[in-house]
Amino acid sequence: MTTSVETPKRGQSLTNIFKRPTKGYWNPYLGGTLLGVVLFLAFFITGQGLGASGGLNRILVWVEDLVAPGHVDRTPYLIDMAGGDLNPLDSWIVMMTVGTIAGGFVSGWLRGRVKLETNKGPNISVRTRWAMAFIGGGFMGYGARLARGCTSGQALSGGAVLSVGSWAFMFAVFGGAYALAYFVRKLWY
Amino acid sequence: MATFPLALTAILGKPLAYLIFLLIGFAFGFVLESSGFAHSPKLAAQFYFKDMTVLKVMFTGIIVAMVLIFASTALGWLDYRLIWVNPTYLWPGIVGGLIMGVGFIIGGFCPGTSLTALATLKLDGVFFVLGAFFGIFAFGETVETFTVWWHSSYMGRFTLPQLFGVETGWVVLGVVLMALFMFWGSEQLEKIFGGQDPKQAPKWRYYGAGALVVVALAIVMMGQPTTADRWAKIAPEKNFELDARTYQIEPIELLHTMHDHKLNLIMLDVRDEADYNMFHIMDAERISTEEIHNRIDEFIAEPANTVFVVMSNDEANATEVWKTLVAESVHNVYILGGGVNGWLDNFASDFEADFCGDVKTASNDELRYNFSAALGASCPAAYPPIEDYEEVEYSPKIQLELKRAPASGGCG
Repeated sequence: MTTSVETPKRGQSLTNIFKRPTKGYWNPYLGGTLLGVVLFLAFFITGQGLGASGGLNRILVWVEDLVAPGHVDRTPYLIDMAGGDLNPLDSWIVMMTVGTIAGGFVSGWLRGRVKLETNKGPNISVRTRWAMAFIGGGFMGYGARLARGCTSGQALSGGAVLSVGSWAFMFAVFGGAYALAYFVRKLWY
Repeated sequence: MATFPLALTAILGKPLAYLIFLLIGFAFGFVLESSGFAHSPKLAAQFYFKDMTVLKVMFTGIIVAMVLIFASTALGWLDYRLIWVNPTYLWPGIVGGLIMGVGFIIGGFCPGTSLTALATLKLDGVFFVLGAFFGIFAFGETVETFTVWWHSSYMGRFTLPQLFGVETGWVVLGVVLMALFMFWGSEQLEKIFGGQDPKQAPKWRYYGAGALVVVALAIVMMGQPTTADRWAKIAPEKNFELDARTYQIEPIELLHTMHDHKLNLIMLDVRDEADYNMFHIMDAERISTEEIHNRIDEFIAEPANTVFVVMSNDEANATEVWKTLVAESVHNVYILGGGVNGWLDNFASDFEADFCGDVKTASNDELRYNFSAALGASCPAAYPPIEDYEEVEYSPKIQLELKRAPASGGCG
């Protein structure tokens, strides 16, 4: 069932919080099949697919609403989520995001993969990796809002229900990453 | 009508509904982490053809979910109309996708996978999530400068079967075959660039691929339910209610509804253009029976407080259109009882009388009033003064039914 694909090479393992034996990852086709079943159940029961960036968005807007409620109430894009008395956290997508973090933690803990560490290519420093992760995350966050969804909410969910826009989006993501991959290969190899 | 998806919040209440979303998210995170998606070098390896796990997991997920979804809709268990399909905004989607591709190869994650990296204490994942917050913040602050473009190239709920003009089943089969071809290609690339031997991969993947193709073929054979199929399923119950006049509202109730600002009233006049020009109720939209089918998605997307009232001269044509709308899962649809003729019987004033000869003896669903000029909506009966009818009693029939179709997707 759990075909050991590889034991991933660890970066700087700073602390081992949970001393459990590290296990290999699932076979990708097995992982994909279970992902498909989860996605199907989400659609079948709730009519909604999966999502991640929407939850992050609402958590951020919640913070913004604490810090600068007036600004939120004057920005049309934010009013929908947090204008006036609206609580941006009162949404199913936030629940799903919390669940995703919990599920990732439990899976990692069971397989001894919860470790404080930084995974990176061999030829860059930890600090460079952190900076690149932050910059890449910035692009991701901006792009995900622009495209009205991320890899989960657009590509995966919209792809499975045959949305034209989601398929165009998916090819754009892969296209963008492949187009740049050669130029940033030093980051990874 | 199909039982699924469920109106979760209405059935279970908010806390339980949220618990279900929490559990779905849990399963999602568990699967992502188990597939190795918290480990950024594994994700990045996708783009150097060394380890194609990202593509394999993602496309296996898509085709498995797709096959299960469209098998369920073909069997009538699941209502595709009520599933959230991401609306297409073509160019913002493509440009956003390209930006995300850049973020993916620089940052090593996508938003979903970064959450599992954060959960397993990967610091690069933590910095990625912080970066994503910054990007989202930057978008919220800048979107106003290009909001017109951000809403451009909107195509609504637009699906691949509509784009290619073929039956859904063929698209499902095509996507499955395309994915299987990509898997084969991925394994070849991994052999060349990643030094992995495809022969090491488990044999069961061939059986899995075969099963997907077989189910996809079955979906092609079964076909997706037509309006007639959908009506046939609900006909016994709905015909009984039609006979009991559950959905035929009196003209006076429509008049009151026109003045109820809490409701979003959409009046659909399904008569021919000539009759419509002679007389119609103010704000009633003329729509042909054929056109109805192209408007269903739009009607389903209307807010939850929307009430549809369909009218013809009497009731026959309106009832047919009502059946189509109800079969296609449009909610809160009613029929103007007695039709436009009945409306005029109630509300025609002296003004209209001047333009009308004797009331005709008309056959079924013809306009009985013999207008000598095309009044359209420019006469009192098109918008009768409600003050004159406050005292008239009637038995209200409109009951707002809870909306089942999701109003936003996973990224709102």
